[in-house]
Amino acid sequence: MIEFKLPSLGADMEEGKLLEWKVKPGEVVKRGQVIAVVDTSKAAVDVEIWQDGTMFEQVVSIGETVPVGTVLATLLAPGETPEQAALQKREVPPARPAPKDVTAPAAAVPLATTLAQRKPVSPAARKRARELDVDVDKLPGTGPHGAVTVEDVEKAGARPVPPPADRHAEMRKAIAAAMSRSKREIPHYYLSETIPMQRAAEWLARENEKRSVTERILMGALQLKAVALALAKAPELNGFWRDGAFQPATGVHIGVAISIRQGGLIAPAIHEVDKKSLAELMRALSDLVSRARAGSLRSSEMSDPSITVTNLGEQGVEAVFGVIYPPQVALVGFGRLETRPWSENGQVLALPLVTATLSADHRASDGIRGARFLAELRERLQHPEEL
Amino acid sequence: MNELEIRTRVLEIIKSIAPELEEGELRPDRPLRDQIDLDSMDWLNVLVALHEKLHLDIPEADYRKLVSLDNLVGYLREKLAQRAA
Repeated sequence: MIEFKLPSLGADMEEGKLLEWKVKPGEVVKRGQVIAVVDTSKAAVDVEIWQDGTMFEQVVSIGETVPVGTVLATLLAPGETPEQAALQKREVPPARPAPKDVTAPAAAVPLATTLAQRKPVSPAARKRARELDVDVDKLPGTGPHGAVTVEDVEKAGARPVPPPADRHAEMRKAIAAAMSRSKREIPHYYLSETIPMQRAAEWLARENEKRSVTERILMGALQLKAVALALAKAPELNGFWRDGAFQPATGVHIGVAISIRQGGLIAPAIHEVDKKSLAELMRALSDLVSRARAGSLRSSEMSDPSITVTNLGEQGVEAVFGVIYPPQVALVGFGRLETRPWSENGQVLALPLVTATLSADHRASDGIRGARFLAELRERLQHPEEL
Repeated sequence: MNELEIRTRVLEIIKSIAPELEEGELRPDRPLRDQIDLDSMDWLNVLVALHEKLHLDIPEADYRKLVSLDNLVGYLREKLAQRAA
């Protein structure tokens, strides 16, 4: 039996509220499929499963708030039967309260027999039925083997799900918790580097001239790709600090800091940025920004960024020294792209420049590695055609 | 399409991207992006929406002409007139 648990969707998440089941009992699911929608303080997140199986029992009901790690549902592994799964369960479902008009069945009946004879009702459905004052034994079941599911009960109870809490206040609280933890635990060091952007800007202008407005690439995408490639020279910046040690990430999954118009901030990941073409990256970025602002993200985007990139240049600042998002160990910031004086070969030129900064966790890396990263980032941005 | 219709379309698009926009507070002769905090992704989305609704492709080189709402509306009117001619 597979236990589908509520994953941690970021260091600042302690609990989540189930908003929706995307899969009914009896449905076959594939690795990577979205199973449920969970409301965190920051967004409604589509939660994916990472194993193949068949939905068996929805343990948590819609509208319930549960801590991270709670079993949300159980699934049958490929080839497993519901009977095997039921027997495998360590805990016997709580005894149902005796219906008023019927004598309670003898408690001594062996579990397997009880399950075979009794109409199957999931503990969650039973619990929800009590809350909604619905008689589960009178309901038709739509689950496997005619089991009564939470959905059946909800339908019979027909009570609307309570509206989500004040998202803005919740998000503020979540940011406060994560950033306090960061400043308490992470010994940050900060580096900055001014990068000439003339080649990148000219190349991008030529490139965009050829493209329709729907295919246009933003400088932000170029910067993300350059960061991803430069990380190859500084793997100690891409990963996590967990249990007193650095764990390198398995891929370059860049968390992109996206401001929410109503206030607040979220930094979901674009996966494998180093392997994406600029066009793919631009599509991914555009999709991510619109979904983040609409509050519709996937669990893998929330839980696995291995480094964060923030760009505050559009808000007009010259440079940003960010606070690392734990358990990550680095954050790269880009400031405003603008024409400023620059000296080269004994001459002062007016060139488009950008200040890139690195905030890094000194437990995981040293300044020399950070410096090498920024030098490589500068170099990569001088060869935009290779990005 | 007359100027008023173009203006209405443009405002609809901007509102879909910046829903908090209060039309009365927007000064049509002042820089648009500063007033409603449109970043480059939002701006690109405005242009993509204009492309879909009005079938006009605005080249990047023309962005600098499109500072205020009045600029944008005037530019679109001109382009649409050229196309009709």
